[in-house]
Amino acid sequence: MAKKISTKVLTDLHLNMVRIRRFEEEAGKLMEDGKIPGALHLYVGQEAVASGVMAHLNNQDQITSTHRGHGHVIAKGGQFSPMFAELYGKATGYCKGKGGSMHISNMALGILGANGIVGGGPPIAMGAAFSNKFRKSKQVSVTFFGDGASNEGSFHEAANMAALYQLPCVFVCENNGFGEYTAQSNHQAVTDVADRAAGYGMPGVVVDGMDVMAVYEAAEAAVKRARSGAGPTLLECKTYRYYDHVGVRGMGLTYRTDEEVEAWKQRDAIESFEALLVKQGVMTQKKLDNVYARVDADIQEGIAFAESSPFPTEDDLLEDVYFVGAKS
Amino acid sequence: MSEAVQKNARMLPYVSAITEGVQQVLREQDNAFVAGEDVGQAGSVFGYYQGLLAEFGDRRIVDTPISEKGIIGLGVGAAATGCRPIIDVMFMDFLGECMDEVANQMAKMRFMFGGGATLPITVLTMAGAGMNLAAQHSQSWEAWLAHLPGVKVVMPSNAYDAKGLIIAAARDDNPVFVVLNKMSLAMPAEVPEEMYEVPIGKAQIVKEGTDFSIFGIGRMVHEALAAAKTLEELGVNCEVVDVRSIQPFDSETAVASIKKTHRALIVHEAVRFGGFGGEIVAQLQEQAFDYLDAPIARVGAPFSPVPYSPALEQVYIPNAGRIVTEVKKVLGL
Ligand SMILES: Cc1ncc(C[n+]2csc(CCOP(=O)(O)OP(=O)(O)O)c2C)c(N)n1
Repeated sequence: MAKKISTKVLTDLHLNMVRIRRFEEEAGKLMEDGKIPGALHLYVGQEAVASGVMAHLNNQDQITSTHRGHGHVIAKGGQFSPMFAELYGKATGYCKGKGGSMHISNMALGILGANGIVGGGPPIAMGAAFSNKFRKSKQVSVTFFGDGASNEGSFHEAANMAALYQLPCVFVCENNGFGEYTAQSNHQAVTDVADRAAGYGMPGVVVDGMDVMAVYEAAEAAVKRARSGAGPTLLECKTYRYYDHVGVRGMGLTYRTDEEVEAWKQRDAIESFEALLVKQGVMTQKKLDNVYARVDADIQEGIAFAESSPFPTEDDLLEDVYFVGAKS
Repeated sequence: MSEAVQKNARMLPYVSAITEGVQQVLREQDNAFVAGEDVGQAGSVFGYYQGLLAEFGDRRIVDTPISEKGIIGLGVGAAATGCRPIIDVMFMDFLGECMDEVANQMAKMRFMFGGGATLPITVLTMAGAGMNLAAQHSQSWEAWLAHLPGVKVVMPSNAYDAKGLIIAAARDDNPVFVVLNKMSLAMPAEVPEEMYEVPIGKAQIVKEGTDFSIFGIGRMVHEALAAAKTLEELGVNCEVVDVRSIQPFDSETAVASIKKTHRALIVHEAVRFGGFGGEIVAQLQEQAFDYLDAPIARVGAPFSPVPYSPALEQVYIPNAGRIVTEVKKVLGL
């Protein structure tokens, strides 16, 4: 582990990963129980990416997320109560129940939305980065997208423009090996999405997405580079989703082997980081237990909040289609 | 129908009727193939290509990257050069990703080339709300397509039509969009095993009536039928017309119905404003003005994106109750 990383940073990285893992596990159960409607694309397995990258962002920095967006929202500071409420479709949710899992967002936290459109994020993040440069702010935008999304034209156009204009933007590809049920080798001829960076004139970096410190360090360089005005980076994190594309089932799927899943779980980002923290004396088992207890209490509070919240009403349907307030 | 035939009647859900239609087309046309996201090994996220990879192999059931522009472009280029592609756009909402290939290339290539190119391309795509899939996975964009000279658009409301329209589309030498409905996938209907066509450009009267014509598009046909039942109890005998083909639109059947009933309502799942219902109203007043005894009513979704919350989606999607209310309004009941 790198030398001068503070205990606070380390424990925050851990806390964020645990918050994501436990939130997703509970959200998955609630979906299975029929309490949460619609489709949930869960982030379990990929926690190190969101946590490691977001450690370098502040509330003014922006992100664009994906259909698999809960982890990004949590790592960017999303609170459980309005998140659960959104998943329940309640009026107290982050999007007043209008967006749901695939559109969860919060502008105050710099979250420019999860996205139901694969590849929807990169151009928007590029636009936010353009704005950051235009307004001469020091903000950075980060776009998260999958290996599958790296085949959408939108990614390529955004990458080209971000490099051309030297925008403060970081392209984080979460390569979990699949786009839905199609393995990476069946949807692109490259092994490293990061190779594509060269075509746009930006650095491309490959990092182990199951190692939160590796992600943390690589993201630090990319965010620094963006913030300093040197332009974008494509950071590819090799990771894995433990669950199916939608829902919670992880094993016995036709498009991958259980052995493959097990092999990735052996390298679980949270477990290995916890072992490291204990070994380094940063954490004790008791402290770790406390983290889980605190997170679980938060989750219970969030679920209770969601369940006791009111649904939006028919009157809310036509609200927010247009801006109708005073001109800004 | 004879008893013998009835006994042999085979019920098939909408999803399997799609499979069978595509399968029979692939057996009939050597240069037909399916291309789209997760169509092969996964058999489509909706399951309607299950088994086709095993029968036809990956030369003819082609899994593509998530690249809708590329997928439609593949279809256009292949169709122009001797293939008969069946292109799958998983959700109709994803047309946004490839609307240039649809609107500026596929739709007008033949015209721009002075008839030089022929594009026998079929696009299957899934529309409709009702599963809490929110604003980008629930839309009905048929009016968008209907506005494009050069493409045909059909919307099967049932399993029989789904199979027959897919076969008709695949045999047509023009681009045809078959707009499917995700809430109808499990809905069974009687579907013959042999290959048959449902003609593109023909509406179907699914219930005869004398007092009021309800024109339903896609899944809304079933809501129209439910509304007709309720209205029957109130003494209103409704005729229900399944529009089936959006482009070309069968105004002949529509006008004939109006001449009988003198009143009409159009229902579609798409947003009411600018929806295809407006075109039907225009055609009816142009062609049957003297037969109309009342303004034509329209039921569609409110002018908002499709909401996620079940509480909102429920009131968003048009239903039988709203049809009944509007019909009663027209009749002053
Ligand atoms: C434009 C568009 N095409 C297709 C889909 C359907 N779809 C949803 S998620 C997904 C796979 C995305 O793969 P990837 O980008 O690798 O992200 P992952 O799911 O692995 O996190 C697909 C094809 C979509 N939502 N939007």
